[in-house]
Amino acid sequence: MSNSSIAKRILGQDRNILQLIAITVLVFALMSWLNPDKFLRYYNFESITYIMPELGILAIAMMIAMLTGGIDLSVVGIANLAGILAGVFFHSVIVGTDQSTGMILLYTGIGILMALGIGLLAGLLNGFLVSKLRITPILATLGTGQIFTGLAVVLTGGPAITGFPDGWNFIGNGKIFGLATPFVLFVIVAGAVAVLLTRTTFGVNLMLIGTNPRAAIFAGLRKDRMVLYSYMLTGVLAAIAGIILSGRTNAAKSDYGASYLLQAVLIAVLGGTNPAGGKGRVLGVSIALIALMLLSSGFQILRFSNHLIDFIWGGFLLIVIALNAFRNTDR
Amino acid sequence: MSENLLELKNISKRFGGLVALDNVSLVLKPGEIHCLAGENGCGKSTIIKTIAGVYTPSEGEILIDGKPVTGFTPAQSVQRGIQVIYQDFSLFGNLTVAENLALNTMLLEGKKSVSWKRIRELATKALARLGVTMELDADVESLPTSGKQIVAIARAMMGDARLIIMDEPTTALTRPEVDALFRIVRDIQAQGIAVLFVSHKMREMLEISERLTVLRNGKKVAEGPIGDFNEAAITRAMTGHDLTDQTYEWAPAKGDVQPRLDVKQLSIPGAFENIDLTLRAGEIVGLSGLIGSGRTEFALALFGMNPKYTGSVTIDGKAVHPKSVQDAINSGLAYVPEDRLTEGLFLTQSIERNMLATSFENFVSGIFIDRKKADAATKAMFAAMQIAAPSPQTPVNHLSGGNQQRVVLARWLLTGARVLILNGPTVGVDVGSKAQIHRKIRELATENGLAVLMISDDVPELVQNCNRVIVMHRGRFVDEIAADTLNEDALNDRLKALK
Amino acid sequence: MTIFRRSEFIIAAILVVAMIFIGLINPAFWSMDNMFGLLRSNVIIGIMALGVLVVMISGGIDVSFTAFAVAAMYLTVKGMLYFGYEGVLVPFIAATLIGLVLGAFNAFFIHTFRMIPLIVTLGTGSVVRGLLLGLVGTSIINIDKMPPQLINFAKVNLVNATSATGTNYGLTAMILIYLGLALVTHLFLRYTMIGRSIFAYGGAPEAAKRVGFDTRKTLLFVYCFAGALAGFAGLLQGSMIWQANPRDFAGFELDVIAAVVLGGASIFGGRGSVAGTLLGVFMLVMVKNSLIIMKVDTTWQRVVVGLIIVGATALTAWRDRKKLV
Repeated sequence: MSNSSIAKRILGQDRNILQLIAITVLVFALMSWLNPDKFLRYYNFESITYIMPELGILAIAMMIAMLTGGIDLSVVGIANLAGILAGVFFHSVIVGTDQSTGMILLYTGIGILMALGIGLLAGLLNGFLVSKLRITPILATLGTGQIFTGLAVVLTGGPAITGFPDGWNFIGNGKIFGLATPFVLFVIVAGAVAVLLTRTTFGVNLMLIGTNPRAAIFAGLRKDRMVLYSYMLTGVLAAIAGIILSGRTNAAKSDYGASYLLQAVLIAVLGGTNPAGGKGRVLGVSIALIALMLLSSGFQILRFSNHLIDFIWGGFLLIVIALNAFRNTDR
Repeated sequence: MSENLLELKNISKRFGGLVALDNVSLVLKPGEIHCLAGENGCGKSTIIKTIAGVYTPSEGEILIDGKPVTGFTPAQSVQRGIQVIYQDFSLFGNLTVAENLALNTMLLEGKKSVSWKRIRELATKALARLGVTMELDADVESLPTSGKQIVAIARAMMGDARLIIMDEPTTALTRPEVDALFRIVRDIQAQGIAVLFVSHKMREMLEISERLTVLRNGKKVAEGPIGDFNEAAITRAMTGHDLTDQTYEWAPAKGDVQPRLDVKQLSIPGAFENIDLTLRAGEIVGLSGLIGSGRTEFALALFGMNPKYTGSVTIDGKAVHPKSVQDAINSGLAYVPEDRLTEGLFLTQSIERNMLATSFENFVSGIFIDRKKADAATKAMFAAMQIAAPSPQTPVNHLSGGNQQRVVLARWLLTGARVLILNGPTVGVDVGSKAQIHRKIRELATENGLAVLMISDDVPELVQNCNRVIVMHRGRFVDEIAADTLNEDALNDRLKALK
Repeated sequence: MTIFRRSEFIIAAILVVAMIFIGLINPAFWSMDNMFGLLRSNVIIGIMALGVLVVMISGGIDVSFTAFAVAAMYLTVKGMLYFGYEGVLVPFIAATLIGLVLGAFNAFFIHTFRMIPLIVTLGTGSVVRGLLLGLVGTSIINIDKMPPQLINFAKVNLVNATSATGTNYGLTAMILIYLGLALVTHLFLRYTMIGRSIFAYGGAPEAAKRVGFDTRKTLLFVYCFAGALAGFAGLLQGSMIWQANPRDFAGFELDVIAAVVLGGASIFGGRGSVAGTLLGVFMLVMVKNSLIIMKVDTTWQRVVVGLIIVGATALTAWRDRKKLV
């Protein structure tokens, strides 16, 4: 297979990907021009590789929910609940007692499993409400998002939980082969999801279901089950994001990452995901993620407040909507 | 006052480089029933939209009452008494019959406020004009298709309509409902209103219209009083060539061969009861009856979509009880649904994905899809079904109706189905493709040994392609017409006898 | 109409059962004091819910209105302080107009670019909140700085009484504003062509266009109406709680949407009523406020709201189950 055909295969016939790469280059050039000293420093890019993954994984989770024409507004709630549950567990077994390193590693492992488990359960609940009880995804996940966040409040009583073990912090702050652990995790997760979506029947089924749910039933696809699985996957991904988030900040709180919801939707939509279902690629979402991380880190260096960066994200979302509309009328 | 209500003079319409209408002229006289015929994509809908003021012609003139009109807009079209009833009726399911009827008039009058008393008055008047009664407070979405159509027609007639355009009005109707519609159309005519009846069903054109215009590829190819035409002539005009109408011959194999499908005493209370049906390899059996006769429910039950039935189903001698669509598929059943666009196809996805949708699991090695194997299967099927498209990667929404239906058939062939249930296999497919699809279905029966159950309202289709036809009524099989007595008149008579 | 009647009847019945239940756990629920308090808590969420109801009938959803409410409140109060203005009418008109103009942006994006309302309003909400906090300010305007006219305005009571323990309480007159707006919304939805066009658009957008409704006007109206009510409610909230907090209403949109859904409106558009929304609002407020009375820890509040949303939507989904595949 020649190089150009490999490139073609990766890019697909998707003009969207090329447009995204162009946007990314543009943002990069703009920020380098506005602030060459600070923006182009190695440290800046390294810190991006630490902050980006949690949001990136949430955006991929959002994309998966959107593939079947749904949405998951509970991802941030799941992420926080996962981190908090693990934190509560660590408090109950580690704090105040002298444990051997081996035991702590074991507990960290159990904590990870608990976090992933609660993500899976939360996703199962969402999937059940959407596919079996046929509640509109917006309302179902709006409600469960409240429940998950509410449970997080109940578990913590309000304040943040701190004091995670070292192994946990390594996930958020460590380095593997000189790369940020969260970044390595992101690459693994993104790669796995990409393969899952394009190379397995599950992935193809999700695209077909999202394109036409009625036809999917007549074609004998296990629609309800696939939708259920997709929300479970979304839940697990959200939990992974929660682990990374609490590992990076060494704390977990019920209202962390509130602005991530909008950002995850934005990145998914900007990455070429059709919110009505049937279309979405991990590659597109990943490039959109990089573009927006460069944008917001650039503005941060320019000393814009976090509120203004929220404004910029929202404005970007609206501009992307407008751009996509114009591009579609071209044809 | 000219004697012509509406005249299109040498109209052409181009979209970019595409010529949708090429120098078409059309004359409508007051109070006439005029039929506009042609295959899908021949320019029928462009004409409708031109008359409705939605499209501005690239060349040519529109004359109303003999006077040329310029800058024709939808609002002006309505003001001049032209009303279009689109295929989807454009009704509001969440509003009542009364409000649906009255909204147009109130909008036309430029009203700002709503008087519910006046809404009822307007609605009562509108229904009275058609001579029908209807529950005014019922939500429109609770009405059957024929009821919705009556509301649409009544609404169209309200604003002093002089011309009503009906776009494929009979598509979703059963024969008795079509008869009722035709009575209404004649009533409308009696009130001096002209009707432009857009259709591709030849029998209906011959039955209802006084004059006929046939379009092909954006050009007018025939025109004249209906007496000058017969089915063969219309077909020739629409497709440009003659079609064979050889009927389907099937001879049972010698000896005691196991039936493909054997259904005994199948019942779902309230839907259908005590259905016995035996299909043998190579048979194409028609199933007809009014909508609501239970025929679709019967098909869906076989296809595992309603597993709560009693009775037995045997396929090739093996008892099965499909509890899900997957069960049904695994036991060798295939079902081509009624509505291709909403139930059959994944429009924005490629031909390949549409074909493989049901059989992806057969192309999996380990946990991954084996692309080479899948590609090969798609290419073979793409060629075998003679699908006219650049490649199997083309999205199916770029295909014509006939090609789309072949993609759906291909999907089921890939599953190795042995019993094929077709529900309205050529609804909305034009005459030319229709014949090709029929040929394909026959091939599947004779060469692949499939047993085919063809559910249809299209009498000529059933007579031409089936070796016997079963009539279903109120959940029961009430009649069967064997090959030797099967002809259109016989079947029409039986269907008309149903009440 | 029968469906409407029926679903409102069901909501009312559930409400009565819930009230009896809460009353049994703690009879203090039925005290005048508590009832007046409940009604007072209905005002802000209720006014906003009327706007969301109209948006949902049109088949859309709005999550930006709380941001608009906050912007309207904070900007108006800042403006009053800056100009030293002493009236009440002009500020309320100003707040309403701010909400209305912001709503027009929603309508513009949704109509012009045909984008899903949820995503558009996520964007506009974030833009407005970001600008307010980033450019205008983050500090709370407290009671000592709040214009006294605003506070006095919201202090007006319809009924005053003194409880057995000697504390004064009353029924706020703001409830009249709420009910008045509800009546106007009802009349407007039922007796104006534009009101009917919202139902028509929510039921079948394409058909509405073909019949000859100016759908751009309809959408513009819908989102401006929701924005205007939110702006008005924002300032009213400020005057009722005696402070203007630019971070107020965070996450409040979920409560409002929950109340409207609870009131029987369909998220698919075309169905919903003012009477149902009033009941839905009352139910949500009652359950939330009664947690303390029922001796449930307040940390459970969000869980309960979430359960109510899920329960109510499951119920409506079950009611509409035939319509879906």
